[in-house]
Amino acid sequence: MRHLLNRVAATLPVMAVVAVLVFLLIHLSPGDPAALIAGDTASADDIARLHAALGLDRPLWSQFLLWAGRLAQGDLGTSIFTHVPVSRLLAQRVEPTLSIALLTMTLAVAASIPLGVLAAHMAGRWVDRLVMLFAVLAFSVPVFLVGYLLIYGFAITLGWLPVQGYVPLSKGVGPWLSHLILPCVNLSLVYTALLTRMTRATVLDVLHEDHIRTARAKGLGVVAVLGHALRCAAIPIVTTIGVGIAFLIGGVVVTETVFAIPGIGRLVIDSVQRHDYPVIQSVLLLSAGLYVLVNLLIDLSYRLFDPRIRA
Amino acid sequence: MTVPSPQADQAGRPPLLDIRDLRTHFDTPDGTVRSVDGVSYRLEARETLGIVGESGCGKSVTALSVLRLLPTPPARFAGGEIRFQGTDLLGLSEREMRRIRGNRISMIFQEPMTSLNPVLTVGRQIAEAVTLHQKIGRRQAWQRAVEMLRLVQIADPERRAGEYPHQMSGGMRQRVMIALALACHPDLLIADEPTTALDVTIQAQILELLRDLQAKLGMGIVMITHDLGVVAECCDRVVVMYAGRKVEEASVADLFERPLHPYTRALMASMPSLQGRGGRLAEIPGMVPAPQELGTGCAFAPRCPLATERCRRETPDFTGAATGHGVACFEAAPARHQPVVLHRHAGARP
Repeated sequence: MRHLLNRVAATLPVMAVVAVLVFLLIHLSPGDPAALIAGDTASADDIARLHAALGLDRPLWSQFLLWAGRLAQGDLGTSIFTHVPVSRLLAQRVEPTLSIALLTMTLAVAASIPLGVLAAHMAGRWVDRLVMLFAVLAFSVPVFLVGYLLIYGFAITLGWLPVQGYVPLSKGVGPWLSHLILPCVNLSLVYTALLTRMTRATVLDVLHEDHIRTARAKGLGVVAVLGHALRCAAIPIVTTIGVGIAFLIGGVVVTETVFAIPGIGRLVIDSVQRHDYPVIQSVLLLSAGLYVLVNLLIDLSYRLFDPRIRA
Repeated sequence: MTVPSPQADQAGRPPLLDIRDLRTHFDTPDGTVRSVDGVSYRLEARETLGIVGESGCGKSVTALSVLRLLPTPPARFAGGEIRFQGTDLLGLSEREMRRIRGNRISMIFQEPMTSLNPVLTVGRQIAEAVTLHQKIGRRQAWQRAVEMLRLVQIADPERRAGEYPHQMSGGMRQRVMIALALACHPDLLIADEPTTALDVTIQAQILELLRDLQAKLGMGIVMITHDLGVVAECCDRVVVMYAGRKVEEASVADLFERPLHPYTRALMASMPSLQGRGGRLAEIPGMVPAPQELGTGCAFAPRCPLATERCRRETPDFTGAATGHGVACFEAAPARHQPVVLHRHAGARP
């Protein structure tokens, strides 16, 4: 318990540093949001007035303190483009992105762990080579290409699934899932490839350890022995899964674009094009926070998988 | 075989383990490695047979062949039989073999530090073997695991069963390995250098424990070792192996009193003794030839002080098995029993 509190406390300075970096990144990058909002016909006076209204005429440290103070109270600010509170914007975008991230990873794990273990068991034989060939292909073919092929095949030609768009979970599991299948299968290919390779490599290492010989000497069958090996190989695999989820939550621009899904990735791209800095700052901060959280969870899970870390 | 074997007991039961002319070869990119090349030995119930030889002589490969734990390929059984209570193990399916492993034949290994699964409690590892081979529930299997830990004299076995290997010392882990191996009361235990990785005081305790357990449970033991001290301590008979072949076999008393093969004598000369006057121990010059380098003739000839032209040309047969003390050497007549003076440099290989 004390360990847990220590670990959580250790994330606070990390988040503080991230907040400063995010702020500096946005405010030191070229481009004037006021000029963009005011449009091509605006005069210098108009822009100056906008600067004052947005607080952009103040010194940088003062702007930062203002932002950080509001942030501490849970106020993420308001979009300077749509004038909608950022928290509401994010809330709309989180569900699609989270749905994609979790379903993608579920598919990837379900496919890659059996494949990786099978490849390790058959290392060097044709089954292994076939699995590795698949992994290389799945990893190297561009996501958007596979995405359009999937749409063409399953949505347009066969008509089994909707072409694009997103339906919230509140409108029913069926429609929600049918809109998610293609983008998630598309995205999961990359992670399946990555996880398959990782599983194969670590399980193969464990299979050469002495205790596997002991397990076989006591009469365990192939499946049970591979189960033993997988347990010992859990840490690198869980780490890869966790980092993958964190990455997916940060937004998947290409897939969201191909399948027209209003997620975090699209929000970031739109906001950057509009210099909508309150939104960009909040999204970056949210992504970083989730990343730190997922890393914390991965770290804590090690103690579950390896008793030697508990000692 | 229609003729009953001379060593079968009165009831006509076949020996516990009867290895006949076993050839275990490995197919490698550099050619076939004949790690075990025509080894025969047998073991009766309740007997302890020592298998002695340097690293790479094929003693462990023979043992792993018995349990069929070698990966095939590259390993290949090129000939021979391994009869366990009359059944040829080489003819069994993998499924039938699994019912024997850990149940009727068990094995303990040299490295107690790495031979247990680091992420499972020792109790679970033992209980897993029990539930695999016997129709009992998980709770009873756990009870059996605790009993086994008590049997191998681990203090506070209820608590220890719930611990992980890294919480135990090397000697204690080897006790756990023994508990695991004996959990299903096997008829045959193969111990592959069980004490090599342990401190001397712990070695003695482990050998003592194995002797006690043999008296209690009545299994036959194949004790693989490079340490003649271990052989003297706990074996009934000994097989000396060199380069994939058996070079001498005798009762322990016979072997120590009247070693016939020059290799056996050299091994004994290299053994430190408390009665000795100190000074430099004899060493056997040269190295065990790599199996793929073996040519014709006796494999020991290049290192042997008694080697003749014939030794380099022909491989000696194993003779004298019927007398209980056999040897594979042309020059091993008792008349030649004299202090062995070893060449400093091994002669050219054929």
